[in-house]
Amino acid sequence: MSRPKTQHNPGMVFNTTPETPLKKKYCRFKKNGIKYIDYKDANFLMKFVNEQGKILPRRITGTSLKYQRKIALAVKKARHLAVLPYVADGLK
Amino acid sequence: MAAKKTTNEQVVLNDYESVIIFTPVLSEEQLKDAVAKYRSFITDNGGEMVHEENWGLTKLAYAIDKKTTGFYIIYEYKAPAEFVAKFELAFRRDERIMRFLTTSLDKHAQVYNQRKRNGEFNQNKKEKQQEGK
Repeated sequence: MSRPKTQHNPGMVFNTTPETPLKKKYCRFKKNGIKYIDYKDANFLMKFVNEQGKILPRRITGTSLKYQRKIALAVKKARHLAVLPYVADGLK
Repeated sequence: MAAKKTTNEQVVLNDYESVIIFTPVLSEEQLKDAVAKYRSFITDNGGEMVHEENWGLTKLAYAIDKKTTGFYIIYEYKAPAEFVAKFELAFRRDERIMRFLTTSLDKHAQVYNQRKRNGEFNQNKKEKQQEGK
């Protein structure tokens, strides 16, 4: 039998290829030359925690390991000083 | 021998930063006294004040001792290593202090604090606001 006229395109059917190519993640500390993370700066640390106040993984933020360690420390210090909550709901 | 002598004579000062949270029940004068007390505690015990910051009455992210606000005081100072234990013991004995944290500052932290004091970080924001206006 003859094949159907519409070409089979798996990409179209399942939409596996995003319309815009994903931007490559980068480490904002390396890019902007930030050397020190201030544990007293709540607004800045908010970028690295989720709504519940949990520290976001590197695979989401793109931070390099060196600075992820520093972020983790800074967030934990901030929690101790009640700058950030230990547990929260709807932080953002 | 000579090297030993110099280590005995010279006291190595490290850089530290202490954040203290005082209870919100203090009056303004009581707070001033307490802040001055710890400032003189640093200088009397062989330390050097670098900077002092007062955030005033600040909202806490969670309640400490059933209180939702506190006075944040930040001391930045140079002191010998033995000093920190004494300083923290004084904090623990003080009922006016709800929470404290002492951290040693590395060179990057010192640069950051210096720049923050000079107001270099908010410049961009201010410029943006001015442009927006």
